[in-house]
Amino acid sequence: MAPALDPMIGRYVRLDIDGTPHRLYFEEAGSGIPLVCLHTAGADSRQFRHLLADPEITSRFRVIAFDMPWHGKSTPPDGWEKTEYRLTTASYTAAIRAFCQALELDRPVVMGCSIGGRIVLNLAIAHAAEFRALVALEAADFQQPWYDTAWLHRPDVHGGEVCAALISGLIAPQSPPVSRHETLWMYMQGGPGIFKGDLYFYRVDGDLREKVKSIDTTVCPLYLLTGEYDFSCTADDTLRTAAQIPGAQVQVMKELGHFPMSENPARFREYILPVLTKIAAARA
Amino acid sequence: MTPADCFAKLPALLSDDTDLLRRGRWLNVDCRIDIGSEPFHLTIAQGALAAFDRGPRLMRSTAFTVRATDEAWCNHWKRMPEPGWHDLFALTKRGAASFEGDLRPLLQNLQYFKDLLALPRRLPEAS
Repeated sequence: MAPALDPMIGRYVRLDIDGTPHRLYFEEAGSGIPLVCLHTAGADSRQFRHLLADPEITSRFRVIAFDMPWHGKSTPPDGWEKTEYRLTTASYTAAIRAFCQALELDRPVVMGCSIGGRIVLNLAIAHAAEFRALVALEAADFQQPWYDTAWLHRPDVHGGEVCAALISGLIAPQSPPVSRHETLWMYMQGGPGIFKGDLYFYRVDGDLREKVKSIDTTVCPLYLLTGEYDFSCTADDTLRTAAQIPGAQVQVMKELGHFPMSENPARFREYILPVLTKIAAARA
Repeated sequence: MTPADCFAKLPALLSDDTDLLRRGRWLNVDCRIDIGSEPFHLTIAQGALAAFDRGPRLMRSTAFTVRATDEAWCNHWKRMPEPGWHDLFALTKRGAASFEGDLRPLLQNLQYFKDLLALPRRLPEAS
């Protein structure tokens, strides 16, 4: 009997980000329009495994999901042990652009979730012409904090377990238990302090209020989709953001939370396929 | 049935949940849960309820307290809660609940406490 292989293939790419050598892990499947997927804070590219295995998507898109520096199977930069990881708008933007350039992607679509969604807004603000379309999941220009991130990295609290337990409430109660727990598992596996370091971008450095008004969707179409059970980036946060951006297309996703692509892949598919079809049609 | 009456069934709900008992096996703590204006004092030993006292207790010390309004618990315990009522932190973010005291044992065992305090969803009365 032939082995039951998933269709995606994983590789490592060597590249410099802001002058620092990195070795990033990515998975890809399909051919056509490049579609780069950005995972949530403290997680990794496995969140997109269902998109990478969906023939209706991979028949039209080259789906590529990479692990951010310090995440998943990407090797942290030399000397990581002497630094405290802290993501910023500049370092995140640089990593995405460096990855797209290293893979020689021609005006890719970028779809990001949570911090990935927030940085997509920054790509729309600062680098729109480099992209074919931008898809921001669970994204807003700003969100009200709902816990103290100091709890995420301290010796008397298990980092993986507290990260997973905190974000567990952002998953919709309708999501299948298997997918819920797979999503939590990825959070349990993050490096120490990495989720916290990602949230520096989210909470301190990545405030895009006012800036989103400069987004020009005639240069690059922008789609925003947010799950109704996401109380971190609420539907109102996303709707408020979209209202400031002429031409932005926004949708609230029923029975989904903060991790639509991994917490309930079948339900998310109902929402993302029409968006991807529009993007593919625009190319044609 | 009032929200406090629902919560009063916690001992039976927990003893029926062998998985939650297993996950809580390292936990020993005294804590207080307020259902609206009614306090409950829990003594948890190895994940099980060693004591469960309803109503005020003079000078009872407790590591931490979780408080929420009757409305918050009612909505939280719906079999399929609405957005914004489905998680303890959704409740605190909307101002319908609070955590007070030494939060370390709460955060060290956060999934246990989230699941413990959601157990009344299993009651037949939950709609």
